[in-house]
Amino acid sequence: MSTSSIQFDRRSFLKVTATTGGGMMLGLSWAASAAEISEAPFMEAMTFNAFVKISPEGVITIMSPNPECGQNIKTAMPMLVAEELDCDWSKVVVEQAGLDSTKYTRQVAGGSGSTPASWKPLRTAGATARQMLISAAAKRWNVSASECSTSNGVVLHTASGKKATYGELATDAAKMEVPKDVPLKAVKDFKIIGQSHKAVDNKKIFTGKQEFGLDFKREGMLIGVVARPPAFGMKIKSVNDSRTKAMPGIKQVIRFGNKVAVLGTSTWEVLKGRERLAIEWEVDTKLESSADHDAKMTELLGKPLEKPQRKDGDALAQFEGAHKIIESKFEAPFLPHAPMEPMNFFADVREDKAELIGPTQNPGSARNAAAQVLGIAPEKVSVMMTRMGGGFGRRLNADFAAEAAEVSKLAKAPVKLMWTREDDMTGGIYRPACHYLYRAALDAQGNVKAIHVRGAGLNVGNPLRENNFPAGAIEHFLAEGHNQQSNITTGPWRAPVHNFLAFAEQSFLDEIAEATGKDPVQLRLDWLAKAEKSPVGNFPYKIDRFRNTIELAAKKANWGKAPAGVFQGFSAYFSFNTYVAQVVEVTLEAGQPKIKRMVCAVDCGVVINPEHAINQIEGGLVDGLGHAMFSNMTFKDGVPEQTNYDSYRVIKMGDTPPVEVYFVENELDPTGLGEPALPPLSAALGNAIFKATGIRLRKQPFSLNGLRNV
Amino acid sequence: MAEITLKVNGTKYKVEAAADTPLLWILRDHLGLTGSKYGCGIGQCGACTVHVNGESMRSCALPVSAVGKAQVITIEGLSKTGEHPVQQAWHEVDVPQCGYCQAGQIMSAAALLKKNPTPSDADINSAMSGNICRCGTYNRIREAIHVAAKKVKS
Repeated sequence: MSTSSIQFDRRSFLKVTATTGGGMMLGLSWAASAAEISEAPFMEAMTFNAFVKISPEGVITIMSPNPECGQNIKTAMPMLVAEELDCDWSKVVVEQAGLDSTKYTRQVAGGSGSTPASWKPLRTAGATARQMLISAAAKRWNVSASECSTSNGVVLHTASGKKATYGELATDAAKMEVPKDVPLKAVKDFKIIGQSHKAVDNKKIFTGKQEFGLDFKREGMLIGVVARPPAFGMKIKSVNDSRTKAMPGIKQVIRFGNKVAVLGTSTWEVLKGRERLAIEWEVDTKLESSADHDAKMTELLGKPLEKPQRKDGDALAQFEGAHKIIESKFEAPFLPHAPMEPMNFFADVREDKAELIGPTQNPGSARNAAAQVLGIAPEKVSVMMTRMGGGFGRRLNADFAAEAAEVSKLAKAPVKLMWTREDDMTGGIYRPACHYLYRAALDAQGNVKAIHVRGAGLNVGNPLRENNFPAGAIEHFLAEGHNQQSNITTGPWRAPVHNFLAFAEQSFLDEIAEATGKDPVQLRLDWLAKAEKSPVGNFPYKIDRFRNTIELAAKKANWGKAPAGVFQGFSAYFSFNTYVAQVVEVTLEAGQPKIKRMVCAVDCGVVINPEHAINQIEGGLVDGLGHAMFSNMTFKDGVPEQTNYDSYRVIKMGDTPPVEVYFVENELDPTGLGEPALPPLSAALGNAIFKATGIRLRKQPFSLNGLRNV
Repeated sequence: MAEITLKVNGTKYKVEAAADTPLLWILRDHLGLTGSKYGCGIGQCGACTVHVNGESMRSCALPVSAVGKAQVITIEGLSKTGEHPVQQAWHEVDVPQCGYCQAGQIMSAAALLKKNPTPSDADINSAMSGNICRCGTYNRIREAIHVAAKKVKS
C-alpha cells in the first residue's frame, strides 16, 4: 500500500476486503456517486490532497467535509472541486469526511456559511490536483506542461495528439510536487457549477439504504433513553428504578446529574423501562409560564436602554414634535426546531479516547463538549458525521453528543442514545420568544422623520440586527434591544433573530407605506435611493444588489397588477449576505385568506447547483409560512405544553402553495442559502392578508388570530 | 417476551420480542431494516409508513402482534433496485432535502397510486396529509407523484 493511499484505520465505514490480485478493494458503504458506481468496488485510490483521490481505473473520489442536513452541501462542495479538476461529474464518487481539523476548516452546517467559505479553497483543491495531473502527463510525454490542456477527465497534448485519462496518470500525478498559486477558472468557463446535478445520496434515500444517525448500529452497543426533568426549573428528588431493572432487556440504569439513563438491547424495551422509573421531582429554581414571559417582555418594551445598539441623529426629539406617530407591537413565541430525526448520538468511550458518531451540524463543538464532560483532551475524541434528518440549528448545539459520551463513560459500554419526539420537543433548546415595538414619526407632509425599534427577548442575546435596512436611509434612527434571562434554554434556530425580526420590521414598513399612501415597493426603492445619496451611518447591504432583487421580485410577480380578487404582500430582507425579496398572493374564500402563490427573488451571487438552490429557497418559504401560521410553543409552570406533532402543528402538504424562485444573475462570489429565504416570508404573507382583509397580523402564529387554513 | 413470526418483503422472520412492540422497532432493531424511520411514535408524521397487505400503515403505532400473517412491505422491498416509478420520479424531480421523511413519503405515494393511478392535486394533498416534511419539499413531492403517475400509465 503506498503512503498516499486511503488511511484504513481511521475509517470504520470502509468495507475492506482483500482481493485475489493482492490489492485492496474498497466498497465504500457511505460513498455516494453521481453515477451508478457507488456500490462497485474499485482499486486503491491515490490521494492528491484532502479533497481529491483518483483510482487508476479513473474513479474520482471527492471528500465532502461539511455536515449534510438537507442543504445538499454534499453535492455542492464536490461540484466546486470537480469544476476546477475538470473531470467527468458522472465518474465522481462523493465521500463524507469525518471531523479532521488538520485537513479541513469550518466543518459546520450553520450561518449559511458552507458554500461561501468553501468557494475558493475547494476550487483551489481541484485546480491543484488538475495541475499535478498535467505535470505528470507532460513529464511522461516529455513536453511542456503549458502545451497540455484538460477536458472532462483527460489530459491532452494537442500538438502530438497524445492523451491520457486521469486514472492512467493518477499514480504518477499524486507524487508530483504540489503547485502553489494555481489560477482558477473564470465564471464564464464553468461547466459543472451553474448546472443542476442530482443529489448524490438520492438513490440510497429512495431505497431506504441511507444511514442517518438513528440508524447507526455497532455490534455490542446498548440503546439508551434518558429521563429528564419534566419542567424547566425542576430537579430530581429521588429515583426508584427497581421495576425498570427487573425487566429482562434492561442492562443498566444510570443516574447522572438531574437525569436517569435507561440502557438495554432494544428501543421498545428501554422506552418501557423508562416509563417504569419512579422519579420524584422537586422545584429547583423558578417555574416560568408563558404569561410571565409575556408580562416581562411587555414591561421591557416600556423601558429605554441606556446604551442603544444604534443611534443616528435624535429620534426621540423627532417623536416629541411629530405630526403623527405610527406605533405597533409584534410578538413571536418560543419554537422548537422539531427536525424529523430527533436528537441522537452514538458514543464509545474508552479509557483514553472516545469515538462519537451521529448527526451534528457542528462536529467540532460536539468533540469539545464531549472532551470537556469526559475530562480528556479534544484530540482524543473522534467525530464522524452521519447524514442528518434536519437540523434547523438544533444540531449546532452539542448537548446531545456530550450526553451520549457521558452515558457511555458511566456505562463502560458503547451506547446509542436516542431522544423520542417528546424528549426532543420538550427537552429543549428553543428559538427565543421575542417582542418588538416599532414607532415612526411623521411630519405634516407624511415624511418619515424618525424610526424607533425596541426589542425584548428571552435568552435572545441581542434581539436586533440594528444595522438592517432602513437604517442607513433614516436620519433619526434609534434601536434598543433588551435581553431577559430565563430558565427556558434557547439556541440558534434557522436564521436566528432574523426569523422573527424580519416579520416585525417588514410588516412595519408596510404599515408606514399604508399610513403615508405610498406603494410598499416604491417606498423601499425610494429609501434605498436616499441611503445611496445621503447615507446615514454604516450599513452592511449593497444598495444596487438590494434594489435589483426588489425589482426582480416585483417584476416577476407582476406587482401592483394582480387580477381583481388577488391581493399581494411584499417583503424584502438582507441576511447572511444574501438579498431576498418576496411577494405573496392571497385570495379570499368564504372570508378566509387563501394563499395562491409565493414569488421569491434572490441575489446569492453565483448559483452553484440551481435545482438545489431553488429547493433550499422553496423550503425556506414553506418553513416561514408554516411557522408564521401554525407553530407555537408555550409553557405552564416550566412544563412545555406542546409535546409532539399532534399538539405542535407544522405545515403540511395541503397548506403549501406554489413557489416561484428567480435569481439575480451576476458573477459575484456565492453567499449562503440555508437561511435567508425564511425571514421575509411571514411579513409578505401578513402584508397580503392585510390587503385582503384589512386585518393587520402582529402576533405569531397567525392561527391565534382565527386564521386556520390559509 | 413472545416468539413472533412475520413476513416482510417476501421473507419470513422469527423474532423474540414483547407482543406490544410496534412493528417499526421490530423492523429497525430486530430485522435491521432501518429504511422506515422513527419521527413521532404516535402515527402523526408518516416517516415510518409501510404497506400492510397493500395498505399504507404507520408502523410506529402498529403492534407487531396485530400484523399476523399479513404481508409487510417496507421501503427496502418496494422494488429490487429502486426501479419503482415513484422512486424514479423522486430522482427526476430531485425531491429531498434532508431525506429523512422521504421513505415514508414514497411509501404513501406508492399506495396512493395503486388505488388512484391519476390523482388530482387535491387527491394527493389528502392522501399525503399524514406525512410531514419539515424541510418543506411538499411541492416537489406533489410534482413527483404526478410524474410517477405518468410513468405508471405508460
